[in-house]
Amino acid sequence: MLWKKQIPLAITFIMGLVFGIQYFVPHRVSDTLFKNYLNFAIVIGVFGTILAYISFYRAHTMRIRRKAPAWPYSVIAIIVSIVMAIFGFAQGMEAGTVFSNMYFYVLVSIEATMFSLLAFYISSAAYRAFRARSAQATALLVAAIIVMIGRIPLGEGMSFWTLIFPEAPTFPDIANWILNVPNMAAKRAMQLGIGLGMMMLSLKIVLGIERSYMGGGD
Amino acid sequence: MQISTNPWVWLGVFFTFSVLSFLYKDNPFYKLAEHVTVGVSIGYFMVIWWTNTVNPRFIIPVFENGDYYLIIPAIMGLMMVLRIVPKWSWLSRYAICFTVGAGAGMGIPRSMQASVLRQLESTMLHLGFGTTTGINNIVIFIGVLAVLIYFFFSKEHKGVFGGAAKLGIWFLMVGFGATFGYTVMARLSLFIGRVLFILQDFLGIPLAG
Amino acid sequence: MAELKQERTFWERLILIDRRVIYLIIALAMTLPFFFQMGLPIPATKEVQDIYDHIEALTPSDVVIISADFDPSVSPELLPMFDALFRHCLKAGVKVMAMSLAVQGPGLIEPVIHDAAKDYNKTNGLDYAFLGWQYGFTLVIMNMMEDLKQTFPVDYYGTRTVDLPILQGVETFADYDLIVSLAGSAVYMNWLLYAHEPYNVPLACGVTAVSAADVYPYIQSGQFLGMLGGLKGAAEYETLIEEKRMATMGMEAQNWAHIIIILFIIIGNIGYLIIGRKK
Repeated sequence: MLWKKQIPLAITFIMGLVFGIQYFVPHRVSDTLFKNYLNFAIVIGVFGTILAYISFYRAHTMRIRRKAPAWPYSVIAIIVSIVMAIFGFAQGMEAGTVFSNMYFYVLVSIEATMFSLLAFYISSAAYRAFRARSAQATALLVAAIIVMIGRIPLGEGMSFWTLIFPEAPTFPDIANWILNVPNMAAKRAMQLGIGLGMMMLSLKIVLGIERSYMGGGD
Repeated sequence: MQISTNPWVWLGVFFTFSVLSFLYKDNPFYKLAEHVTVGVSIGYFMVIWWTNTVNPRFIIPVFENGDYYLIIPAIMGLMMVLRIVPKWSWLSRYAICFTVGAGAGMGIPRSMQASVLRQLESTMLHLGFGTTTGINNIVIFIGVLAVLIYFFFSKEHKGVFGGAAKLGIWFLMVGFGATFGYTVMARLSLFIGRVLFILQDFLGIPLAG
Repeated sequence: MAELKQERTFWERLILIDRRVIYLIIALAMTLPFFFQMGLPIPATKEVQDIYDHIEALTPSDVVIISADFDPSVSPELLPMFDALFRHCLKAGVKVMAMSLAVQGPGLIEPVIHDAAKDYNKTNGLDYAFLGWQYGFTLVIMNMMEDLKQTFPVDYYGTRTVDLPILQGVETFADYDLIVSLAGSAVYMNWLLYAHEPYNVPLACGVTAVSAADVYPYIQSGQFLGMLGGLKGAAEYETLIEEKRMATMGMEAQNWAHIIIILFIIIGNIGYLIIGRKK
C-alpha cells in the first residue's frame, strides 16, 4: 500500500506544491529546477510513448490470433505500419519520398475525407433537427443564420435593405456584433467557469482528492 | 483538363472515394481505409518519434555528450509501459504522479492568471449610454453576469436571481447559435478541401481564383 | 404500409426525404461553384487585419514562429492559413520558423514550406527554419520559452539547430516577436497559458471555425492580438497578401453551400410548423 499508493500520492503533492510555488519565485535556482524538470518530463513522455506502439500491435495481433470478425484488416494495418516505418527510416522524410507520399496521399486523403463526412451530416441535421421549437431555440436559430450569412462573401450582397438604407448595418456587420458582444459575453462566462474548474481539478489532484489518473487497482 | 498520371494521386483518389462510400453504407472499402490509416499513422509516428525526439533528445545527449542523468527519466518513461502488466502496473504510477503532479501545480497559477483574472479584468469596462461602445460594454457586462448566475446552482433560480439566470440562457443561446453558424462553415470546408484535391490534383482543372 | 405512405402530405414527404438526396444536393452545392466562380471580394475583419499589421511592422531581424498544431482531419481549414501566413513572412523578410505540436503537423506543412520557399527564392536555414515536431505539447511550449535550441536539437530534416544561421541569436522568449498557433483543437489555450501569460510573448491564433466563436473573449482582453477563424479567416489573409489561393477558391463553394443549408433550415421549419399545426 505504501509503495503502491501513498508514496506516489506524496510525489504528486510535492511536485504540485513545488511547481505551484516555482511560478512566483524569479530566482536562479527556481529557473534551473524548472528547466531540468522540463527536460526530464519530455524524456519520460518520449519513452512512455512506447506504450502506444505496444498497445497497437498487441490489440491487432490478438484480433488475428482469435480470428475476430474482420481480422484480415488487422493484418493490413500491421503490414502498412511496418512498410511505412521501413521507408521512413531508409529514405528520410523529405518531399517526394515514399514516406512523404504515403503520408500525403494515403493518410491525409483518408483522414481528411473521414472528417469531411461531417459536412453531409451537418446538412442533414440542419434539415431534420434544427427547429424553432421555443423562443430561445429561435434565438439560437436566428443567430446561427445571421452568422452563416455574415461570414460568406455573398453576405454583403444579401443585405437587401441597404438598397433603401445605405447606412444600415449589413449581415457581416450584424454577425460581427453578435460574435463580439453577446457571444463574447456568453463565452467569457463559460471560460471563467472552465478556468475555475481547471484550477479546482488541479488542486484536487495535488491534494490527492482526485486519483483517477492513477488507474484502478491497489 | 488533364487527368493526373501520378499513381500516388490515384491512390489518394481511391481512398477518398473509399471513405465517401460510407455515406451510402458501411462497406469493405471503408474498412480497408480505416485500417490503412491506423497503420500509416503508427508507421509515421515511429519515424518522426525516433528522428525528432529519441535520437536528438536521448541517444545523442547520453552516448555522445555523456549526459547520463537522462537515463533516469528514460527508466521512468519505461515504467509507464508497465501499465499493461497487471502485476507491475503500480510502478507506472511513479512516472505518472511525477508529471501529473508538476503539471497540476504549474496549471493552478497560470489558469488563475489567464482564464480568470485577465478575463475578469477585461469585463470591467467603461459603461455608458453615450456611445455605441459604451452600450456594447453594458451588454457585455450584463451578459457575463447573467450567464455566471445561470451557472450558479447553489441558490435556487427564483425572483430577480431567476430572471437574471433566464437572461443568461438567452445569451447562451445566441452564443451557441454563433458557434453553430461557424461550425457549418467548418464542416463544409473539410469537404471542399477534398473537392479541390479531386478537381485540381486529380482532374487537373485549373481553378486559380 | 402502402396506405400509410399514400396518406402522407407533400410536407411530410419532403421532411422525410431520403438522407442521400440531401447528401447529393450538398455535394453538388460544394462542387459546381468551382466552375462558375463569382470572385466576390473578401474584405479582412479586424481580427485578421491586426495579425497582418503586426507582421508588416516587424523588421528583418524579428522572429515569427508559426506553430502548425493540427492534423490532416482539419487541414482544409488550417493549411491555407499556414500557407498565407508563411508566404507573408517570407515576403516581409522576417525570420520565420515553422514548427508543430501535433505529430502529424510537420508532414502536412512540409510541401507548403517547400513550394513557398521556391516561389520566393528563399533558403532553408538561412531565411526560414522548419523545426518539425517535438513530444510534449505544453512541455515544448515552456521549454522553448527558456531555450529554443535545447527544445529543438535538430530541425525536421535532422540538421543540428545550433548550426542553422537563422537561429543565431534566437535563444529564448525575449527573441520572439510573434507566435501564431494554428490550432486544430483547444491547444491555442496552452500557448496562452504557458507562453503569453508568463512571458508576455505577442500571440495570435488561427482556429477551425468550430472554435472561432470561443476565442473572442481572449481577443477582447488583448491576450490574442488577432485570430484567423476558419476558411474565411484564411481567405481574408490571402486578400491582404494579394494572393488568391486555396482559401479564396474554397470560399466560392462556401457561398452556395451556406445558402443551401439555410434553405434546408427554412424548409425544415416550415414543414415542422405545418405538420405540427395539423397534428
